[in-house]
Amino acid sequence: MQDEQKKKLKLKVSAIKEGTVIDHIPAKNLFKVISILGLDSINNQITFGTNLESGKLGYKAIVKVSNKFFEDDEINKIALIAPHAKLNIIRDYEVVEKKVVEIPDSIQGIVKCFNPKCITNNERITTSFKVVEKEPISLKCRYCEKLTNSNQISMY
Amino acid sequence: MKKDLISITDFSKDEYLKIMKLAAEFEENPNQDLLKGKVIATLFFEPSTRTRLSFETAINRLGGKIIGFADPDSSSASKGETLHDTIKMVSNYADLIVMRHPLEGAARYAAEVSPVPVINAGDGANQHPTQTLLDMYSILKTQGSLDNLNIFLVGDLKYGRTVHSLLMAMSEFENPIFNFVAPPVLEMPDEYKIFLREKGIKYYEHSEFTDIISAADIIYMTRVQKERFSDPIEYEQVKNIYILRNSMLEKTRPNVKILHPLPRVNEIHTDVDTSEKAYYFTQARNGVFTREAIISHIMNLK
Repeated sequence: MQDEQKKKLKLKVSAIKEGTVIDHIPAKNLFKVISILGLDSINNQITFGTNLESGKLGYKAIVKVSNKFFEDDEINKIALIAPHAKLNIIRDYEVVEKKVVEIPDSIQGIVKCFNPKCITNNERITTSFKVVEKEPISLKCRYCEKLTNSNQISMY
Repeated sequence: MKKDLISITDFSKDEYLKIMKLAAEFEENPNQDLLKGKVIATLFFEPSTRTRLSFETAINRLGGKIIGFADPDSSSASKGETLHDTIKMVSNYADLIVMRHPLEGAARYAAEVSPVPVINAGDGANQHPTQTLLDMYSILKTQGSLDNLNIFLVGDLKYGRTVHSLLMAMSEFENPIFNFVAPPVLEMPDEYKIFLREKGIKYYEHSEFTDIISAADIIYMTRVQKERFSDPIEYEQVKNIYILRNSMLEKTRPNVKILHPLPRVNEIHTDVDTSEKAYYFTQARNGVFTREAIISHIMNLK
């Protein structure tokens, strides 16, 4: 029965020949992931599925990008909003490598500083944080030096 | 590479000690033409007469010329110019920028934009490192050392940036003991207590302001501000507790000195002013020598 379900799930999003499959994205963050990775402005063939049932996440999304292989620091940008994302690297329809995302030691852009009196919330400046704690996440703003904690994180 | 002074932690312990040594030299001999031919910009995006006059006195005593503005209404910021553009423009003219800004992180950003050094003269509730260095110089001058001191921090320990920076800086020296005296709503934030515990530095917390001060070498007073309280009754209950009076100084150590970043409102009774333990006005005077020292260090003149 489970195999049957898996099969059905697989069929919902068609296979790719070469490229990367990003699985286990929380469904609600799919479009943020697409935007953070810049997938909305490249010409590669992309298929995605969302609101797929997932035991772990409730509802998950999956993205398949043809002929695209991400660098680690590129893909780690999504760790804040898709911490359990799994990457499958596909060559000739076969999974040749599996990867997980890791929260980087510093984060540029993506996240807003929690402090409304921070200069980054008042002028066009790319935010910059040092990750002082990974679980639960705690970010120290390079500018105002205040901490933004996991329950306060919001994205651009 | 240019040097900036944005946060107190930008400087090492060696740099603190160098500033202290230079400040003593400038106190001995305040007028030195080290900035001859240099232009210094003092940009006050938020008025602060005391800090500005102290900096401008320091620059004048070093023989430098000053450009700038004392409040944002007379600057291009009032026309909607971004901080980025103001700093880009001013750094074309000046050899050093001293700036005060109401937004936190503004100074760090300015330092990134500017090819000339930036000294932070206060960025919102974030940092005011030259205040901390002049506090340290005052402590060194009156106690003869920055080691083995019992420091009482009194009043608003939650929002007071001066007490946070002083705590960070003094933690670099041997065996300090901190005593925090504050109402529960304004107590020292956890991050600083954790910092002290990790460094193995002793601290004690009190909500009463009584003869516990008999052990103090330094009593650092700050203002308990009404606007920090969401409940006005709570403010009424504490507003008169954290007032230092001359009678409270009877049993204190002979070497104790009372510091205050100023301006004070009523947290130090005027009857303390004539006590030889009162040091806050001399502390402000020390600010000029300390700022001469900081400018000379930042600009590699000494």
